Amino acid sequence: MSYSFTINGQARELDVDGDMPLLWAVRDHLELTGTKFGCGIAQCGACTVMVDGQAQRSCVLTVEAAAGSEITTIEGLQSREGQAVQKAWQQVQVAQCGYCQSGQVMSATALLARNPAPDDETIGNAMSGNLCRCGTYGRIREGIHMAAAEIQQTEGDA
Amino acid sequence: MRRMMKSSPDTVDTGRRSFLKLSTGTAAGLVLGVQLGGSASVARAQQGGTEDLLAFNAFVSISPDDRVRVLIKHLEMGQGVYTGLATCVAEELDAAWDQVVCEHAPVDTAKYANLLMGQQATGGSTAMANSYRQMREAGAAARAMLVAAAAERWRVPADEILVQEGRVSHDNRSATFGELASAAGQLSAPDSDSLTLKSPDDFRLIGRESLPRKDVGKQDGTAIYTQDVKLPGMLTAVVAHPPRFGGRVASFDDTAARQRQGVIDVFEIDSGVAVVAGDYWTALKAREELEIEWDDSHAEMRGSRQILDEYHQLVETRGAVAESEGDTEQALQRAGNVTELTFEFPYLAHAQMEPMNCVARIDGNRAELWYGCQSATRDQQVVAQMIDGNPGDVAIHTVFAGGCFGRRANPHSDYVVEAVNIARRLQGRPVKLVWSREDDMRGGYYRPAYVHRLSAAVGPNGMPEAFRARIAGQSIMAGTSMAAGMITDGIDHSSVEGLAGLPYAVPKRQVELHSPEIGVPVQWWRSVGNTHTAFSKEVFIDALARRANADPVSYRLALLRDNPRETAVLQLAAEKAGWGSRELPEGWTRGVAVHTSFGSSVAEIADVSIDGDQFRVERVVAAIDCGTAINPDVIRAQVEGAIAYGLSAVLGDELTLTDGVVDQENFDDYRVLRMPDMPVVETHIVPSTNAPTGVGEPGTPPIAPAVANALAAATGRTFTRLPLRLG
Repeated sequence: MSYSFTINGQARELDVDGDMPLLWAVRDHLELTGTKFGCGIAQCGACTVMVDGQAQRSCVLTVEAAAGSEITTIEGLQSREGQAVQKAWQQVQVAQCGYCQSGQVMSATALLARNPAPDDETIGNAMSGNLCRCGTYGRIREGIHMAAAEIQQTEGDA
Repeated sequence: MRRMMKSSPDTVDTGRRSFLKLSTGTAAGLVLGVQLGGSASVARAQQGGTEDLLAFNAFVSISPDDRVRVLIKHLEMGQGVYTGLATCVAEELDAAWDQVVCEHAPVDTAKYANLLMGQQATGGSTAMANSYRQMREAGAAARAMLVAAAAERWRVPADEILVQEGRVSHDNRSATFGELASAAGQLSAPDSDSLTLKSPDDFRLIGRESLPRKDVGKQDGTAIYTQDVKLPGMLTAVVAHPPRFGGRVASFDDTAARQRQGVIDVFEIDSGVAVVAGDYWTALKAREELEIEWDDSHAEMRGSRQILDEYHQLVETRGAVAESEGDTEQALQRAGNVTELTFEFPYLAHAQMEPMNCVARIDGNRAELWYGCQSATRDQQVVAQMIDGNPGDVAIHTVFAGGCFGRRANPHSDYVVEAVNIARRLQGRPVKLVWSREDDMRGGYYRPAYVHRLSAAVGPNGMPEAFRARIAGQSIMAGTSMAAGMITDGIDHSSVEGLAGLPYAVPKRQVELHSPEIGVPVQWWRSVGNTHTAFSKEVFIDALARRANADPVSYRLALLRDNPRETAVLQLAAEKAGWGSRELPEGWTRGVAVHTSFGSSVAEIADVSIDGDQFRVERVVAAIDCGTAINPDVIRAQVEGAIAYGLSAVLGDELTLTDGVVDQENFDDYRVLRMPDMPVVETHIVPSTNAPTGVGEPGTPPIAPAVANALAAATGRTFTRLPLRLG
């Protein structure tokens, strides 16, 4: 069956099984490999994407359920928060192996979109679904604070 | 013009003493992206236009557009090896940091061996230690060729020429590396005996803060891992593995699986039943439809509790003697005051974020593989044997690894063999083997379970006079190609490292080992034997200090009188943490541990808050002596990560088996560290101009005993099991 989406601003059609998780549709059929496979059961967050502006685990969201939605993957992350997070990630040198970082960036972006100045506890809770086995959690926390400050700065300037 | 090419070098000197030129030829086949023939996803990893590169030696190429490419002989798995090795090259080359790009080297043991291992391999925290001088010489050799070309062009003496930040100059003339590359590339490479390396006082990149990392593309999804490799016509395979280690397929029915649209083939291989399809989801669904009868007649049927109980029996008896100094046995029998503790450690999975995977294409007796390759020489030999070819018939394209912690350096190349077993049935078609998280968790090759019994005879001054450690647990090296080097007289050194060679001055010492054979596959896990020996050693020494009513830091310092390096890191950590001087908040406690592994000494002091039967590690102050600090920020990042990895095993990691079947499947029941439990980590690096030593692993061993000792300080109890439980 055919399913339609908007992915990173582009209309796309996919002819796959409706029970295929969005993760595999995006990776194997749309060749957008920035979204990562880590667990398949929404326990690690590596596959996080935005669906209609909300961070979701694409490994448990079926194509059928996602049809008609606006989806943003790491490749299409253009929002002010997303850009600030990616810039901060580079400044803090967050990544080690980097495999989880697409998902971390998406979750951090979603957090800042709803809370522009989160404290450590809020960050910890918001990011607790994103695993990093390299243990970059301290730098992720620092990166989120830096991105928040940058966003507030640009708002102040505007 | 001399260009670098992948094969047929006319003269290749394998030693580090000279940098001979590679042959003239075209660049075809040099670059990963070129060989992949237009694959968009892998072409991104290529970092652009390398076909114009001029090879100065096996590691350094320079393009006319002024890009310096460094070939990295080790796997970049998050440890920062791209950045570290490139720093050493750029330092001596006097390149500008932003003109340097890195790529993984191809497999070529003659050129790219780990100089401490004699084979191309990444592990044992040796990446910087083995190549510090080699990479600097590679940079210095290329620099000398650029200088010689400039001297010839400008007709001036070479020793009057300056090189700074990627520019070669003399008086008012100057040229970029790119402008000189073509001429310089035709000169003969200097013998390394003629090279003068910089004095540490002249370093401008080594030791510098805030150099941007070279493993780029990790915050925007463009970095390429095995999971992301795409090749024309590539298929995806999953494998149904036996539920028990040592199990085999008795029979299977694939009727339903084959009927699923998109399934290409289903067949039995040595390790199970492979399902090949056009994409992962189809393969996975089809696998669920297989009906397989397993033959467990040769399978390991024991559970982990039973295995550990057997180890508890073993440590009652004398083991093979790994190390002995004085008559420890007699001293223990005669002593009036003996302290004895028994420790228990579970199996641990690596649980790296990227589950095991490997892309392979087999054409007759030629193989081509794409994956995060950690043991290039071994994997290449193993695959060559499988296809009746020579190592040179096996090309390996190394891509970033999504974490390893040892796992991808499998001593039997397990996941590579599985991929090749599938690919050779599909002759000519590339196939990506993908393990699910459940496959990965249940796929074996764990940190072995252990039981230790530590005993000490304590003198009237409270200090140990005799010390005995008995260790029971599987040998990691037995049955591997490393056995010859790592096992002597029945002692697997990796089982006793950390307790053998005790840093504390105890006059009589004995370390004994039982290495039972168990059917659960085991492997090195970040810091190997030190994952357990540092725990028992440091918890035990803390218990001795408490029984002597001594301060744990002072007690250790007294016993470390012959070990200035551990003394220095312990004193530095104690000072920075405010040990004995800074008050802790109400309900907090503090513990310390120090350990040396992979040539580096690390002390860690953990501040822990306790609330009922729950505890949280709030802050860790670490001090490390790893010799010359090539990139301080990478070192701090590795210590932070090493602490997080070790802390995971303190708080939750535990792999158990029931009747031979692994109980855990995924991150819902194998509980690894999450962000709310990450402490603040403060890392201090001991200034040093000694040769660099390990960084990736040495931060892991001290964290578990530091936390256990903090809990002991608060409760008076001694914690001898991991993971730690207060309640």
